Amino acid sequence: MTIQEALFTYCLRRGDDNLILSHRLGEWCGHGPQLEEDIALTNRALDLIGQARNYLQYAGQVEGKGRSEDDLAYLRNERQYTNVKLVEQPNGDYAHTMVRSFLFDAWHLPLQQALTRSKDDQLAAIASKAVKEIAYHLKTSGDWMIRFGDGTAESHQRAQRALDDLWTFSGELFATDDVEAVLFAAGIAPDMAAVKSAFDSTVQSVLTEATLKRPMDAYMATGGRQGKHSEHLGFMLAEMQYLQRAYPGAIW
Amino acid sequence: MINTPITKEGIYDLLEAVKDPEVPVISVRELGVLRDVQVIDQRVIVTITPTYTGCPAMDVMKEDIEKELRNAGIPDFEVKQILSPAWTTDWISEEGKRKLKAYGIAPPEKTADIRALKGEAPVVECPQCGSKDTVMVSAFGSTACKALWKCKNCLEPFDQFKCL
Repeated sequence: MTIQEALFTYCLRRGDDNLILSHRLGEWCGHGPQLEEDIALTNRALDLIGQARNYLQYAGQVEGKGRSEDDLAYLRNERQYTNVKLVEQPNGDYAHTMVRSFLFDAWHLPLQQALTRSKDDQLAAIASKAVKEIAYHLKTSGDWMIRFGDGTAESHQRAQRALDDLWTFSGELFATDDVEAVLFAAGIAPDMAAVKSAFDSTVQSVLTEATLKRPMDAYMATGGRQGKHSEHLGFMLAEMQYLQRAYPGAIW
Repeated sequence: MINTPITKEGIYDLLEAVKDPEVPVISVRELGVLRDVQVIDQRVIVTITPTYTGCPAMDVMKEDIEKELRNAGIPDFEVKQILSPAWTTDWISEEGKRKLKAYGIAPPEKTADIRALKGEAPVVECPQCGSKDTVMVSAFGSTACKALWKCKNCLEPFDQFKCL
C-alpha cells in the first residue's frame, strides 16, 4: 500500500465518521426534548459536516480521479463507507444520543490534537481548526453525562443503559490496520495507544463525577472501517442519498 | 472601473463593505475572516479563513467579496480560503466587538482570559442593560458562532459570540 492510497482511505474514514454522525444528529431536528437542545444538536451536526467536507474534499484531491466531496458523500454504497459502527447507531432516547456523542468526542479530541502535529500539512491544518470545535463538543457532552448520571434515578438508569449498550462499539475507534501503520511510519497518523490513554482518562474522570459505571471491556464490534456495517447504515444512506440518486447531479 | 493603480489599502477599504451575512453590522475585516490582500502586477489575491468549519455564511462571504471586486472593476482576482492558522475570536477587532455589543450580541472574552485558564465560567455582560448577573441557557445558539444566555437583571435573553 502506497502512502497516497493509505492517505486517501484515512481521509475517507475521518470524513465518513463525521458525516454519518452529523446525519444522525440532524435527525433530531424538530424532535429535540426542548428548543435549546434541538438547536444544540443541529449545531454539533453543522460543525461535524464542515469537518467532513474538509476531509472528503481532501480525499478527492489525494485520490486524483476528479471525485468531489459530493461524489464521495452521495455516490458510494454502504460497503464503501468506512465509518465506525458507533456513529451509525440509531439515536434512541436523548441519553443514548448523548452517550454516543460523548464516546465519540472523548476519542475525537485527542485524535485531532495529535493530528495537528501530522507531517501532512493539510491534515494538520484541518485538525488545528477542528480541535477547537471538538473541545467545545466534549465539554457539553461531558456535562450531559454528569447531569444524567448524577441526576434522577430515571436519568441515571437511562444513561447507564446507553453506556452499556454502546460500549461494545468503542473498541473499534482504536483499531489499527495497514492504513494506520503506513501513515504512522510516515509521521502522518498518530500513535493510537496515546489516543486511547487520553480517552480512558477522560472517560474515567467524567464517569466518576457522573456516578456511572464503566462497562467491562468484553466483545468489541468491528468491521465498519472495512465496510461491514450494522443493518442501520443502509437505511440511513437510502434517505441521505435519495435526492442525488433520484436526480443525479442536482444542485441548488 | 478603477482608473488609478490598484493598491492593497484600496482593496481593504473596498472590502469594508462586505459584512457577515448573519451579523450584518460587522465587516469581514473586523471579524478577522479577511486575512490578507496581495496585489501582484494588478492581480488581486484575497485570502480568507473560515470562522467555524461548517459555517454556511463562509460561502456567502466569499461570493460577496467576489461581487464587490467585480463591481469595482477589478479585472483579475482570486479569493483563496486557508485553514491554517486557525481563526480565533481574538482576531475580532475592538471596533468589531463594540459593534457586536451595540447589535445586541455579547462579544467573546479573550481566549487567554485568566478565568478560562482556571476552568471557571466566563462572566458575560448583558448587552442590553450591562448587568453581569447572567446565566448560560444553552452552549449552542441560533448560528454556529453563538451561545444563548439570559440576563437575570433585565430578564432578557441574548446571544453571546462563543469564545474560540
